[in-house]
Amino acid sequence: MDDRDLSVLWLQSAGCGGCSISLLCSEARDLHASLDSAGVRVLWHPGLSEESGDEARLILERCASGEIPLGALCVEGALLRGPRGTGRFHRHAGTGVVMTEWVRKLAGMARYTLAVGSCAAWGGVASAGENVTDACGLQFEGDQPGGLLGAGWKSRGGLPVINIAGCPCHPDWVTETLTALALGAFGARDLDPLNRPRFFADHLVHHGCTRNEYYEFKASAHKPSDLGCLMENMGCKGTQAHADCNARLWNGSGSCARGGAPCISCTEPGFEEPGHPFHETPKLAGIPIGLPTDMPKAWFVALAALSKSATPKRVRENAVADHQVVVPPVKKTGLK
Amino acid sequence: MTRIIVGPFNRVEGDLEVTLEVRDGRVAEAWAGSPLYRGFEQILRGKHPMDALMFAPRICGICSVSQSMAAASVLADAMGLTAAPNGRITRNLAHAVENIADHFTHFYLFFMPDFARAEYAGRAWHGPAAERFRAVRGSAAAYVLPVRAAFLTAMGTLVGKWPHSLAIQPGGVARALEASEKIRLFGLLRDFRRHLETVLFGDALEAVAALGSEAALARWAAEKPRGDFGAFLGIADDLNLDKLGRGVGRFMSYGGYPQEAGLLLPRGIWNGGLHALDEQAIAEDVSHAWLDGETRHPAQGVTRPQDEKAEGYTWCKAPRLAGLPMETGALARQVVAGHPLARNLAARGGDVKSRVVARLLEIALILPEMEKWVRQLVPGEPFCAQGEMPGTAAGAGLVEAARGALGHWISVADGRIANYQIISPTTWNFSPRDTDGMPGPLEQALVGAPAGEGDVAVQHVVRSFDPCMVCTVH
Repeated sequence: MDDRDLSVLWLQSAGCGGCSISLLCSEARDLHASLDSAGVRVLWHPGLSEESGDEARLILERCASGEIPLGALCVEGALLRGPRGTGRFHRHAGTGVVMTEWVRKLAGMARYTLAVGSCAAWGGVASAGENVTDACGLQFEGDQPGGLLGAGWKSRGGLPVINIAGCPCHPDWVTETLTALALGAFGARDLDPLNRPRFFADHLVHHGCTRNEYYEFKASAHKPSDLGCLMENMGCKGTQAHADCNARLWNGSGSCARGGAPCISCTEPGFEEPGHPFHETPKLAGIPIGLPTDMPKAWFVALAALSKSATPKRVRENAVADHQVVVPPVKKTGLK
Repeated sequence: MTRIIVGPFNRVEGDLEVTLEVRDGRVAEAWAGSPLYRGFEQILRGKHPMDALMFAPRICGICSVSQSMAAASVLADAMGLTAAPNGRITRNLAHAVENIADHFTHFYLFFMPDFARAEYAGRAWHGPAAERFRAVRGSAAAYVLPVRAAFLTAMGTLVGKWPHSLAIQPGGVARALEASEKIRLFGLLRDFRRHLETVLFGDALEAVAALGSEAALARWAAEKPRGDFGAFLGIADDLNLDKLGRGVGRFMSYGGYPQEAGLLLPRGIWNGGLHALDEQAIAEDVSHAWLDGETRHPAQGVTRPQDEKAEGYTWCKAPRLAGLPMETGALARQVVAGHPLARNLAARGGDVKSRVVARLLEIALILPEMEKWVRQLVPGEPFCAQGEMPGTAAGAGLVEAARGALGHWISVADGRIANYQIISPTTWNFSPRDTDGMPGPLEQALVGAPAGEGDVAVQHVVRSFDPCMVCTVH
């Protein structure tokens, strides 16, 4: 291994493995080779590496003791502190030691620590309901700083936990963050206020949404499979959720909204308990409560009324159909 | 006599720890332990019933569509809703993409890398196997990852994204496919077929699907080079993988891929003969799990963690059918469906070789069906039937995930989820002992496996089931 390479140890805490599985969908190139070319060397990944049992345990121990220098610790899944603060809801298999203890030790040795996915970042789905397992994120509990490692914690490289949020996270968000770290091209200024990499978190899911024409005219879907905007009735939070899902796209050409489903803002802390059914938009006096973050309510209401009155028939009728029932007319406009 | 603990198990989904009692270099007794508890069944209580569509896929990142399918089925059952034909077909397609991709991924990335291990250095096949199948650096990984990712772009088209799609609905899917997307899907399936026929099988899928017995399989493999499947069959012969990991000999399938008239893969059980599945005979025993309660049918099931229970050694419950453990998975599915090769293989009761062969056989059987399904889509016709969830209702959703029988059970009261219980395939296969002390299928399959210094046999047995431990303990 080259001295300048970034060595990576990946642990799966209380999650579903979905962020690892998503990572394997990294497209167009051979994932292992592209990480390798970028100088990212995976020491051990529980789903992919050859080493099992004693050999795997030895890698963990050697990283924890500092014998193997650790560039980046990637943690996928929430950290379970229960029951009664023991962490015993999750022991790392074969080691007899609870995962929270492994993570504390290894984070202390790593140059950088990455929370891969919203479970590791905020607690995520594992912390929903009554949170019987006392799940939290590495450095956040919902939107509150703290979590397992504490609000003021910094890694040896001087950064807080890098929160690659998402449920799951997009494969590119992981490969690009690791590549940037390996290149030495990632610093505190590259993190947003919730310590998410800005290259994807400075966008809104709304950007690039194929339903934007429906949004503009407030031509809204009323039931699953309608073509219209999902924001007014169907619970979509794309105008508030920080991520580039509709610009970067998933699995070739998809996104939640392109699949007809509302954005549930899975990159945001606390998304798992929105206080309303996921498929419904909570409203006050007929107006959605969750309006676009940077738009005054009065303006939104005024513009929505205006645009609804100006909605073309094509957009209005297609919005409540599952395929185009009125197609754009072919018309001589004088434009070439 | 020594007792050893094996773990962490790599290249299985989630946490697994196996305790072995070894006598004269062989496993005398085994205990399968799942050391993680997340509590999805508790999380779902009190939620809006439709919220199951958000939570259920997140039980598992590797078979999230199967979890979505079970949730959509349990909700449809409670609502009394039948899916729109286009929606049913699209869901089948998404489900089959996941199941086939799972088999493909398991073979190349999880199972085969064990044959590259240094312990096999003396074997004639070791050199080529190591070059081809070594984890991460083998030529197969470099080939398989882009092929797999390209096949999974079908998910972007069908259900928006994978894993954790939100598009799968009780009445179908949340988005209608357009004519151009139908063509794109067909192209993707044909591309994947070409990879399978040239690299994995070295023959047409239909020729593989038509193999009618283990002897026919052996003759076929001997005819000419048969790709990576052929390489496996050679290794399996040399290592006697047909004698390793002998199962309980009872197979169960919930049946899969609903068609216009019934299921493509039928529901049933096989124990040397075919029998109907009595859903009411399913029960979960918690005597050796860190959970409180007594044996119950999942419709009345309870989930209460109790970590200080002395006889507990796992967070996994022990599902039983009429009091007996059942093996579930591709082998079980094809045995119940009556495939002659699967029936022939299963006559021994299930083993490492048979489980791997059944998964690859299933790829060859299902991909041609998917090509037919794509042709059946009618853009312009509805993709999603609409329905209402009654304030009080109950339902069951039984589907087949790649790893086997997956069931969800719901009861709804006052418009909220009053109880939600899940039994995943690996909960069946990696079940702990029950009140009678009867071990689960893996625990039984490990008995007799060589477990001395440098033996990899235990790893083969465990991975032959393709366990999904996060599903097990949900």
